[in-house]
Amino acid sequence: MFESLSARLQGITSRLRGKARITEADLDVALREIRLALLEADVNFKVVKDFVARVRERAIGADVLTGLNPGQQIVKIVHDELVAVLGGERHDLSLDRRPAVLMMVGLQGSGKTTTAAKLAVRLRKDGRKPLLVAADVYRPAAVDQLVQLGDQVGVEVHTRPVGTPALEVARSGLEVARQRGLDVVILDTAGRLHVDEAMMDELVRITGAVTPSETLLVVDAMTGQESVKVAEAFHARLPVTGLVLTKMDGDARGGAALSIRSATGLPVAFLGTGERTDGLEPFHPDRLAQRILGMGDILSFVERVQENVDQDEAERAAERLMANRFTLEDFREQINQIKKMGPIGQLVGMIPGAGQMAGAAQEAVDSGQMKRLEAIIDSMTPEERRRPELIKASRRRRIALGSGTSTAEVNRLLKQFAEMQKMMRSFAGGKMPRLGGGLGALLGR
Amino acid sequence: MFRRRRDPPTPPAPGAAVPEPPSLMPPTTMARPARGSDGMGLRSRPSGFGARLRAILGAGAPASEQTWDEVEEALIAADVGAETTLALVEAARGRFATDGGRSGDDARRALTTEIRDRLERIGSGRFELGAAPAVILFVGVNGTGKTTTIAKLAHRLVADGHTVALAAADTFRAAAIEQLRIWGDQLGVPVIAQRSGADPGAVAFDAVAAAEARGLDAVLVDTAGRLQNKQQLMDELAKIRRVIERRLPDQPRHVLLVLDATTGQNGLLQADGFSREAGVTGIVLTKLDGSAKGGVALGVADRLGVPIVFAGVGEEIGDLAPFDPDAYVEWLFAE
Repeated sequence: MFESLSARLQGITSRLRGKARITEADLDVALREIRLALLEADVNFKVVKDFVARVRERAIGADVLTGLNPGQQIVKIVHDELVAVLGGERHDLSLDRRPAVLMMVGLQGSGKTTTAAKLAVRLRKDGRKPLLVAADVYRPAAVDQLVQLGDQVGVEVHTRPVGTPALEVARSGLEVARQRGLDVVILDTAGRLHVDEAMMDELVRITGAVTPSETLLVVDAMTGQESVKVAEAFHARLPVTGLVLTKMDGDARGGAALSIRSATGLPVAFLGTGERTDGLEPFHPDRLAQRILGMGDILSFVERVQENVDQDEAERAAERLMANRFTLEDFREQINQIKKMGPIGQLVGMIPGAGQMAGAAQEAVDSGQMKRLEAIIDSMTPEERRRPELIKASRRRRIALGSGTSTAEVNRLLKQFAEMQKMMRSFAGGKMPRLGGGLGALLGR
Repeated sequence: MFRRRRDPPTPPAPGAAVPEPPSLMPPTTMARPARGSDGMGLRSRPSGFGARLRAILGAGAPASEQTWDEVEEALIAADVGAETTLALVEAARGRFATDGGRSGDDARRALTTEIRDRLERIGSGRFELGAAPAVILFVGVNGTGKTTTIAKLAHRLVADGHTVALAAADTFRAAAIEQLRIWGDQLGVPVIAQRSGADPGAVAFDAVAAAEARGLDAVLVDTAGRLQNKQQLMDELAKIRRVIERRLPDQPRHVLLVLDATTGQNGLLQADGFSREAGVTGIVLTKLDGSAKGGVALGVADRLGVPIVFAGVGEEIGDLAPFDPDAYVEWLFAE
């Protein structure tokens, strides 16, 4: 529905190509496209105005008008300017105090509770001992939600009986952390409107009582023009230290980050991606700049894969594949690797234009199909995994029983594995098979 | 017009009774401090879009080129979106010229009429439950207020004397089922649910079966929030719809897209995606009690022809009103 900024500028470039000289009027056409694209990306209109003025200045100063490829030059200027505004440095949480209090604030539905759980997971990975505190005493089942998330990730959740004011929940949470030697308190607060004075007062009182080291404003990446007003209002009343931009796995451009950063100077601390508790990423200004420009997020994808795939193991599997010795054991390992990478759909979704494939892979994980496959393979003997042709009727029954599946499912896996091997053999002659390609076949897609 | 009394922002003591006014908030949570409202329930604020427009157009001075530029900017600031804004302003300018308009007031009239006409033409604000049972499917991205909207609509339908059930087909988000159950208890309406992680299609099937068996007027089906670019989740939604359709042809009668007024231009992609997969019949525009104007809904209504049927205007159970194009445009331009 929207044309990306890069595409818009591409169009201009081709129109300008062949022109001996580019006039200031041509530049104005380009700037108009930039303006529209930024507005479509939900950058606040005032921020857009200033931004476009700066790009114009730089474009003229950089002699774009006489340059060889003005379109590309303009894209580069816009990109650099975006990065400059979004901030070059990373925001590291300052959690020196013991216990340090980290307070999540924001509008309703921005994703505070999910982000709180994600932060707990992340901090624990960093060797911290977090305590989640359920101080959203208003939304029905908000406390249950945090308790369930805490259970899922194995982080303790502090709750108080129904009717306890949020301030009291926060205070007692801090006390519990002190007694138990937990060093980070993550405070989940109720969503509230920035124009709701009474509710904003509550946050001010909580801040006074527990003195948070970090107050993170959680903002939905889909937020429109109001993002500035919202952030300014929270910032004016509370010592906000950073932003968390959530739902970045969606297809919103995330212009709100640029708006808020320009208006308040607040750094973006994290990006929330997906509903899984490991979907929290550090912020990279250049990547968000590319996203606002509509250039996809290849870098994040590559990094995710590198972080999680054991390179040696992958190469070994590839070698076996080439030598036509790819066994069910290798396949089992492939499943493992993919699982480690986190939500597959999200991962593949980072590649522009790969939405469909992402869906199929993610569904396989969500529906538990992947787990069943694992269970079946785990119920085989090592010998059977290496030589599936051994598996006849009675072994099939045993494997089905052992894995809690049916012989039909075992049959299907074996049959499709055979097909997958065949397919891979044909690949092996030429280029390497795609990661997950064979898996897709096995899942019947 | 009606302004609710504003309670002092003192936090209730532990275990204290729910504060005034008597709230229908579930007993397991606390009532928020009350806020005022008026109009369709929309609060007026002095510094909003309306004041800006009135400042631009309200004067008797003749409308100039600059006037229209400023109108454009005001619409953009209300999240109407660049494309829809340009279309609206162009149409308003045409109307202004045809009507022989001269002053800023004339320009303002041309613009409001244009917006109102467009909203009304596609049937905004009209919602008819229809013959029993009516299956109403609620869809939308995460965090727009689906569950709360269901509670509010159920409250409304019950008050009108309808028999209603809720169905917890959001089996994914932690505690989503509990959240709906709490509302069901509070409203005294049955909640059809399975365990967390169950197949949402199966829940939808149960819901339709229950609606038939019990002769209910309406069953309101909650679904998990999902981003429209996640194809497998959208496929799941399409499946939920099919399950209902197969059991009862012509159902779900209503598929309501719950759209957060704070949402920017992504709202268009949301409406487009959910319309394609779930056949959206109407929009519920929520969180209009903040400072956001929800202008993206104008773009959705205009470009996709999907009417806005309800407006969420506050945190109280009664704060859901049929969308009123007149009141909405009035509010956009109110002082």
